[in-house]
Amino acid sequence: MRTRLPVIICGVFGVFMAAQYFITAEPVTAMYRAVLDWMQIIFVCALLVGILNVILRQLKSAARPGPDRVYAGIALFGIALMVVLGFGWGIGRGSAFLWVFNNVQAPMQTTVFSLLAFYVASAAYRGFRARHFESALLIAAALIILLGRVPIGEMISSHVPAVVSWVLNVPAVAAKRAILIGIGLGMTATAIKVIAGLERAYLGSRTR
Amino acid sequence: MSEIGVWITALTTLAIYSFLYRDNPFYKAAEYLLIGLTVGYSLVISVKTVLWPGLVLPLVGGDLAKIIPLVLGGLMIIRLVPKLTVWSRIPLAVIVGAGAGVSIPAMLKARILQQMGATVGHVASLNGIIMLVGVIATVMYFYFSREQKGILQPVAKIGTWYMMIFFGATFGYTVMSRVSLLIGRMEFLLGDWLHLLGG
Repeated sequence: MRTRLPVIICGVFGVFMAAQYFITAEPVTAMYRAVLDWMQIIFVCALLVGILNVILRQLKSAARPGPDRVYAGIALFGIALMVVLGFGWGIGRGSAFLWVFNNVQAPMQTTVFSLLAFYVASAAYRGFRARHFESALLIAAALIILLGRVPIGEMISSHVPAVVSWVLNVPAVAAKRAILIGIGLGMTATAIKVIAGLERAYLGSRTR
Repeated sequence: MSEIGVWITALTTLAIYSFLYRDNPFYKAAEYLLIGLTVGYSLVISVKTVLWPGLVLPLVGGDLAKIIPLVLGGLMIIRLVPKLTVWSRIPLAVIVGAGAGVSIPAMLKARILQQMGATVGHVASLNGIIMLVGVIATVMYFYFSREQKGILQPVAKIGTWYMMIFFGATFGYTVMSRVSLLIGRMEFLLGDWLHLLGG
């Protein structure tokens, strides 16, 4: 029962959701919309499991003596601040919740991403050595894109923007399309295996 | 942005950039604050925009059909109790099965048929032929059912050239996006905070 029932449920929902694409009858479409709503609610509940897990871990860290205690306290303060502001005073335009998001959270996220500029530069310095023809192609494509998207590219030659446009629209798109086709084939095969009950990794390692 | 907002943003920005020197308490404090704010934000947004209007309000209004997602969601949350974890397999089976079912026609249409159609639809031009060669060669690179010998080897090699160009272009874009974020932060620190930038 522990394995068979979830596999049967998975198969039934999989077959229904695949078949509804070809059936336009109203009851089927209504059921399809209802299942999408259920999925959304289950997704949010799964997110809540993760959030509650983070809170429990931080509470445990805060209770243990040691240097991590202060950091766990800061994390719990952040969670409590957003929860109190969001549920207490709303999340609409002009709310304190949105103010904290715009003035603290969003700039901090942007700063963390901008940190990567330094590491990308250092990785490029160490990794970009044209040892093979393939790595030379990679460097050339990266440099052409970088040059073509800044004013200095057009100052070097008026052809640079056209070359950039060609690289992006022809060879890069060809490789991207092939990768998308590969992803599509792989996902379709995996979906069929999941619906048929051959792929059960989502149930946990003990069921394999 | 108000003056206090500018100061808070500037101090948290500097705390994060302090990581460039080395891992330190200021960076760690900012890191944990960001984790806390993000978790709190996700909690509030998911409850206020999905659970409240999509589950609680319809249930209060007498929509008994919402009992099914309520039970499924509840089974997912009891995953936190180790002895009852096994029950969370039911909602997991629903989302995995339904997701797999939805993805089959969607993948076949968007990722395979439309991409193939767009590729063979322009073979009358030189660029169209270059693209067709690139798509076939790159797909052949991922063909692992036979050893890549004979005609397969040079075709797969050409596929790697196309992929290198794609990866290089993607890398170039990534560098540009990160640098533009950095410029934005510098403009904020030097302009909005320190008022050193003119105009």
